[in-house]
Amino acid sequence: MPHSAIVILFLISLALVTSLEPWFQSWQGNRAQSADLLAVLLGDARRAFANHFFIKADAYFHSGYYPSIFDNRTAFQTPHMAADAGALEEKNTGEEDDFLGPPRDWIDAFGRRFKPASHTHLDHGGAHSHTHSHGNGQPHTHGPAAKEIELGESQDVREILPWLRASAALDPQKVETYTTTAYWLRQRMGKTTEAEAFLRDGLRANPDSYEILFELGRIADEHRKDPARARNLWELALAKWQKFELPKKDPDTFSLLQIASHLALLAERESRWDECLHYLGLWKAASPKPDEIEKRITEVRQKIPTANQAKRPAPNPKP
Amino acid sequence: MRAVFTLAHLVIIEMVRRKDIYVLFVLTALLTLIAAAANIFDDTRVVRYLKEISLTLIWVSGFVLAVTSAARQIPAEREARTLFTMLAKPVSRWQFIAGKFLGCWLACGLALLVFYAFFGAVALSRERSLDLAGWAQAISMHWFMLAVPVALALAGSLLWAAPSSNSTLTLVACFGIWLLGRHLHKVALGLPEPGATLLTLVYFTIPHLELFDIRDLIIHRWPPVPWVFWLGALLYAAAYAGMILTGAWLMFRRRPLN
Repeated sequence: MPHSAIVILFLISLALVTSLEPWFQSWQGNRAQSADLLAVLLGDARRAFANHFFIKADAYFHSGYYPSIFDNRTAFQTPHMAADAGALEEKNTGEEDDFLGPPRDWIDAFGRRFKPASHTHLDHGGAHSHTHSHGNGQPHTHGPAAKEIELGESQDVREILPWLRASAALDPQKVETYTTTAYWLRQRMGKTTEAEAFLRDGLRANPDSYEILFELGRIADEHRKDPARARNLWELALAKWQKFELPKKDPDTFSLLQIASHLALLAERESRWDECLHYLGLWKAASPKPDEIEKRITEVRQKIPTANQAKRPAPNPKP
Repeated sequence: MRAVFTLAHLVIIEMVRRKDIYVLFVLTALLTLIAAAANIFDDTRVVRYLKEISLTLIWVSGFVLAVTSAARQIPAEREARTLFTMLAKPVSRWQFIAGKFLGCWLACGLALLVFYAFFGAVALSRERSLDLAGWAQAISMHWFMLAVPVALALAGSLLWAAPSSNSTLTLVACFGIWLLGRHLHKVALGLPEPGATLLTLVYFTIPHLELFDIRDLIIHRWPPVPWVFWLGALLYAAAYAGMILTGAWLMFRRRPLN
């Protein structure tokens, strides 16, 4: 009797396998299809971890002086390292030096002596940036410390990179991780090649990302001194933006502003006046201060006749 | 006091013979070295993430070591029936509790020395200098903080018969305080009554172990804590450990040995 029960159970499980296996292989939630070990292990939770590591990088950017989920985060809604890099539009309000508020009790007041107590940025030297104590014994920072910082210290911004790398590994679709990392790599660390390679990784994972194309254009323009390549990249970025953002109800005007402004400035530099006016028009449409761009348009229009005159061949004095 | 020191000495010898410290140290070292092997854009001077991983593992190991070693002291003596012989004479019950506490606490201190020496080596390998004042404050505050979990686990072993349940409950309490302790009052202010009062009461009653966590200062190379506040923190830990040990002694004094 037990032997026949085992045989029957074996046959039932065999029948179930033959029907379930094809369904499992075609099921979209099947993690085994992914070649990525992290995706198999964590599933969608990896996005939450990626976001955590991105925020962790910003906490490092502030040398640990950072609000927890229980504190007032209005001044930290957009990570400062991403806003400073131009990767995200800054939406921060409120006082970034006082997110803790006044101490609530003696334990809170006492506990603050054992935590970082002033708002600093790593690119300005972090905890070394002109920090000192007054009578209350609390260390804090004064004024723009950047001038007092040697390049060696400002390179401390490298400390945010491990967390950004981890964030990109966990969520390759998080575009701002690539653009923020690339900015700090090329701008502060002088690692243009690494920045470009990292952006190319990002572009492979996000082929339609106008943000990454824009950042690649900046590398071509500012570091490789290749304006033709920069223009091509920015024009492609603009085309991608128009394709994916224009139909949206609330398009990403911050990126349009960046792309259009860089294209306009490049065209102005190369005396391509029609192009320049076209991009200035786009810049004006995206800008929060259209009057200032209008002034610029007028200036460019004034330049055009002079430029055309300069281009015209000088009249031959001899008949 | 001689009996206390003899007991403490025996506890230290027992902990050195056991494999717990070595396993935790090897795990900490291994995980830190694996993290160190990561290529961060070909930059070999990136160090803070390593310091954070290393210090976090040291903190977790410290809690595990302190609680598990203290939680098994009394049940092990009772099981081996050496407790009755020891307490027959000349060791009094307070000496027994004090000796066990001192042994566990000193053993934790020795283990911390090894762990922090490793941490110092990791930091020195990538940074040009080691902030000795900060390093000394970190290890001393960590050691004094561990007096509280050791005392809690010893007291817990008089309440719960099984060392496993005692260890689990004490570790959950310690990790809970470490991670959330400083936020309890903030959360309480947003709660309706009577939750707000209860949580505020909990906030003011618990030993705030998170005060001793100066990892952020060490990782990001902030100036050391003013020494007067450092001393205040040590006294705070000593006061709490003393209170818990007194409670444990009061419980143990009235308890039948069998």
